[in-house]
Amino acid sequence: MAAHDTGPASAPRLALRDITVKFGGLTALDSVSVEVPVGSVVGIMGPNGAGKTTLFNVVCGVYKPTSGTMSVDGTEVRPRAHRLTKHGIARTLQGLGLFGGQPVLENVVAGLQSSTRHTFLEELFSLPRAAREEREKKERAMATLASLGIEKYAAALPDTLPYAIRKKVSIARALVSEPSLLLLDEPAGGLGHDEIEELGELIRSIPGRDCSVVLVEHHVDLVMSVCDSIAVLDFGKLIATGTPAEVSANPAVTEAYLGVDAA
Amino acid sequence: MSSRTTLIVGLVGLVAVIGLTFVLDPYRNYQLATIAAYLCVVAGLTMLTGVNGQLSLGHAALAACGAYCYAFTANGLAEQEVTGPVLLILPILAAVAGAAVLGLIVGLAAARLHGPYLAGVTLALVLALPAITSRFSDVFNGDQGLYISVERRPEFLAGRGGTEMFQAWVAIACAALVVILLRNLMKGNFGRQMRAVRDNEVAAAIAGVNVARTKVIAFTVSSAAAGAGGAVLAFMTQSASPGAFSLVFSLFLLMAAVIGGIGTLYGALWGSILLVVLPDAIGSLTKSLSLSPEVAQRLDGNLAVGLFGAIMVLVVIVAPLGIQGLLRKGRLKMQSRGTPQSVPVPK
Repeated sequence: MAAHDTGPASAPRLALRDITVKFGGLTALDSVSVEVPVGSVVGIMGPNGAGKTTLFNVVCGVYKPTSGTMSVDGTEVRPRAHRLTKHGIARTLQGLGLFGGQPVLENVVAGLQSSTRHTFLEELFSLPRAAREEREKKERAMATLASLGIEKYAAALPDTLPYAIRKKVSIARALVSEPSLLLLDEPAGGLGHDEIEELGELIRSIPGRDCSVVLVEHHVDLVMSVCDSIAVLDFGKLIATGTPAEVSANPAVTEAYLGVDAA
Repeated sequence: MSSRTTLIVGLVGLVAVIGLTFVLDPYRNYQLATIAAYLCVVAGLTMLTGVNGQLSLGHAALAACGAYCYAFTANGLAEQEVTGPVLLILPILAAVAGAAVLGLIVGLAAARLHGPYLAGVTLALVLALPAITSRFSDVFNGDQGLYISVERRPEFLAGRGGTEMFQAWVAIACAALVVILLRNLMKGNFGRQMRAVRDNEVAAAIAGVNVARTKVIAFTVSSAAAGAGGAVLAFMTQSASPGAFSLVFSLFLLMAAVIGGIGTLYGALWGSILLVVLPDAIGSLTKSLSLSPEVAQRLDGNLAVGLFGAIMVLVVIVAPLGIQGLLRKGRLKMQSRGTPQSVPVPK
């Protein structure tokens, strides 16, 4: 089930056009345009301070761009953070951002806010619809956990679990709302080599859920192996776009990363 | 605990407590009613502070708001010569509504503040109370407070338990209603939103929780519960005065929530019982020690504050989840001794 409208088939799931963000005199993003076609995995790379997370925060409504537009499925939107899931956009946070005091299942159910239909008063008086929705949400969350192979941890507190499992929980919380666009912020951070490979497989499987992916990541190997296309940022400017092969062959990219003249 | 067990435990408890009112003497019934009144306030406070993470030092003032709203409404109705259940129920509803409105206003400010800053605002609220009542003395009658015309006990009770028994019934009914409604919220999606906001505001917002709205509603609901508690206290004492809702009372409420087990309604119950029983026990202890009148006078009241503070420090160090946390731990230990449970322990 998709809770969001699917626009014209030709429109990209997400289109950022000429996004500029200025903090006082500093230009964090300078007229950046990125497109995420339906069913694709798009990577955003760049050295520290290149503006990757700023770009994410623009999409999530944390920052308002100084200029530029954002459209989802061909419709221009400017969502606020807590209304993202209504537009079919879900996000994971750098460093997990799980709710430590609550079991894994509760963490995942929390991702289903946008499918809450019952009112505050129905909940106050514990009317049937509120109770039924709670049951349905828990079932959906269990199904999402199962699809990631971590359903046996449903009752555990996140802090008692290994980091790789917690990472999956945070991805489950984002996927449970069945988004059409998933933003992954540094998902490989803190993971070991084998775990990163497993994560890569997981990311590749997400388009199969009718969901496009935007990946901000430091880990170059991961980005190169999972992405259909890559955008490279440096000092707030888009310096290269293309397939992994094109980008890795681009001298400007090598220079930005290694600080040397590739020639 | 499954919701059916909770329901059964709650109903049995309710019946047992009402049955208790028939055997207790009037003084004990009055204490029982006081516990129920405190429970309304502490339950609201434990939801706000424990579940939503908003610290309030001002719940006494919100209860006071309830008490004054009760007083104005009850006296107004009595002037119109209204009697019967209306004279009881309408003032209580007015108290809940009045405290909720004040809570909404404070909550709107609170949504922008964290930790010590929020504590400061709520502290100002409770400190301002005596100043407001004496500044607008013609309305609030200063430190003296207001006398309230209350609904008398029903006639059929005249020969039995008397006024105190009736007071206990009203108080228990209010507390039961408050606890049931708060429980519904805490175990439902709103509870999830409150906990998410407490644990991580950014993650909560990204999951789709409107953080500011959640905080404001939590503060409003918590204030409404405090208002109900204030109304019951006003009904019992037939008065509303600033002295009854002091800063010390406010701190006692918070200590009760923490010692009982912050964030749980059972904890609020244990804390409220302690709040009534402990000073009483200390009183009889000092009496039995046959101290000189001077020492006894000095200890009176102060000893309870000191002891409560000491217990709270002890609880925070030894059992941060309070009495309810200890009880839960004990129960889990008993269960695991019976049947070995498979807890998922990943390698």
